[in-house]
Amino acid sequence: MRANFVASEVSSGIRRNLTMTMAVVITVAVSLGLFGASMLVRAQVSTMKDFWYDKVEVSIFLCGKGSDTPSCAGGPVTKAQRDQIKADLESLKPLVDSVYYESQAEAFARFQEQFKNSPIVDNVKPTALPESFRVKLSDPTKYDVVASAFAGRPGIEQVNDQRKILDKFFRLLGGLQLIALLIALSMLVVTVLLIVNTMRVAAFSRRRETSIMRLVGASNFYIQLPFLLEAAVAAGIGAILAVVGLVFVKIIVIDQVLAPSFQFTAFVGWDAVLAIAPLMILVGVGLAAIAAFFTLRKYLRV
Amino acid sequence: MILFDGVTKLYANQERPALDEVSLEIEKGEFVFLVGPSGSGKSTFLRLVLREERPTKGQVWVAGKELNRLSNWKIPALRRQIGTVFQDFRLLPNKTVAENVAFALEVIGKPASHIRKVVPEVLEVVGLEGKEERRPDELSGGEQQRVAIARAFVNRPILLIADEPTGNLDPGTSVGIMKLLDRINQLGTTVVMSTHDQAIVDQMRRRVIELEGGHVVRDQSRGVYGYAR
Repeated sequence: MRANFVASEVSSGIRRNLTMTMAVVITVAVSLGLFGASMLVRAQVSTMKDFWYDKVEVSIFLCGKGSDTPSCAGGPVTKAQRDQIKADLESLKPLVDSVYYESQAEAFARFQEQFKNSPIVDNVKPTALPESFRVKLSDPTKYDVVASAFAGRPGIEQVNDQRKILDKFFRLLGGLQLIALLIALSMLVVTVLLIVNTMRVAAFSRRRETSIMRLVGASNFYIQLPFLLEAAVAAGIGAILAVVGLVFVKIIVIDQVLAPSFQFTAFVGWDAVLAIAPLMILVGVGLAAIAAFFTLRKYLRV
Repeated sequence: MILFDGVTKLYANQERPALDEVSLEIEKGEFVFLVGPSGSGKSTFLRLVLREERPTKGQVWVAGKELNRLSNWKIPALRRQIGTVFQDFRLLPNKTVAENVAFALEVIGKPASHIRKVVPEVLEVVGLEGKEERRPDELSGGEQQRVAIARAFVNRPILLIADEPTGNLDPGTSVGIMKLLDRINQLGTTVVMSTHDQAIVDQMRRRVIELEGGHVVRDQSRGVYGYAR
């Protein structure tokens, strides 16, 4: 194998076919960029899930004076009921990680803190807020166990899972990710078709050379290698551009724009980018090589 | 060197076979003319030898190998033993004479040092010394065919296939090309040449195989082109 010769064949092939090669570079960059972006959204969702699920609680609101649900027909919660609920919660360990009782006074204090800039604070009396148990689960997905055990019980007004609110948001992000992934996949199909056509044009423009190569007994591998490398180089450049784009998104969009504005949540770190980038390059170069390989089998037979 | 045993070649979508039950043998070191009208099967014969086609029936032996049983990845090794020359030269227009010859060695992975040594040698054999840096469009037809012969011969093949090598050349130039092919034959390479050129065949007095309608109608050592043409 003569590396110089192969290298000069590849570079002359790329120069001869420059517009098509550029088209391949750009479509590879765009489709892989979308692919990487959808992977990034997925990593973001999982980062946020980790961050938030750690903090979410199941709230068991107890009956107060104004409660009008059927389970509160017996009036405000009694001490016996409250103690029984606490004991039952403790018996659900280890699913129940910790139980925290929040009295009306504490609830009011927290309410005042949360809405301290809002005039609404002045209109709410401490007794309007229900007392509650804040339950932290070791596995937040097992909310149903707690809900079925406590919902509708006398003295309990409502069982709330904070996770449900988050899940709506995560579903939205998941949907966005799916759309991005679908667009990325269709772009990747376009990329493959484009590479197939590029190889066809390249094979045609070099048919003299290849026919001579066949006649003098060059091996199939030797005949096809320049084409394969051409496709791989073009796809590699496209993939590198896509990775550069991903890094820019991480630096500019996430670190400089989103993170300072949304400090209450966590964002994907560089570890996610480092995991996605090689995958993008692998997908890009692999697709190009597969597309080229099958095209060449068809157009450059012995 | 070449053995055809009951070879029939029927192309798809054609009723009449291009070759019909052809059996013949060409010995090592022979110089053979393949003559016959267009469509008589000369090109098919040569394509079968090069394993560009497979016979529909029968066996083709080249250099001791039965080509039907030759697996695909061994075809390049077969073709490295066979030089090929065509009527239309098939040179690469953007490469010089020396590069055109070197190309045949580069693509089979010969080392650069070997190429630097043998290319000038073979250009001398074909009489093109001093024209190494010319491009094909700067050469006459005869000179271009010499480049093509140099390329076919540079790897010292045991068999040279020439498909109407003088078809595009004037008679004077053709004589030079024939002298060159004769010299290559005397260096030990078997030469099989298809041609329509009566004067050349009559002058050379070598073995003549005449095909017509896919059949061998004449096989004559020291023959002439034909009787009543």
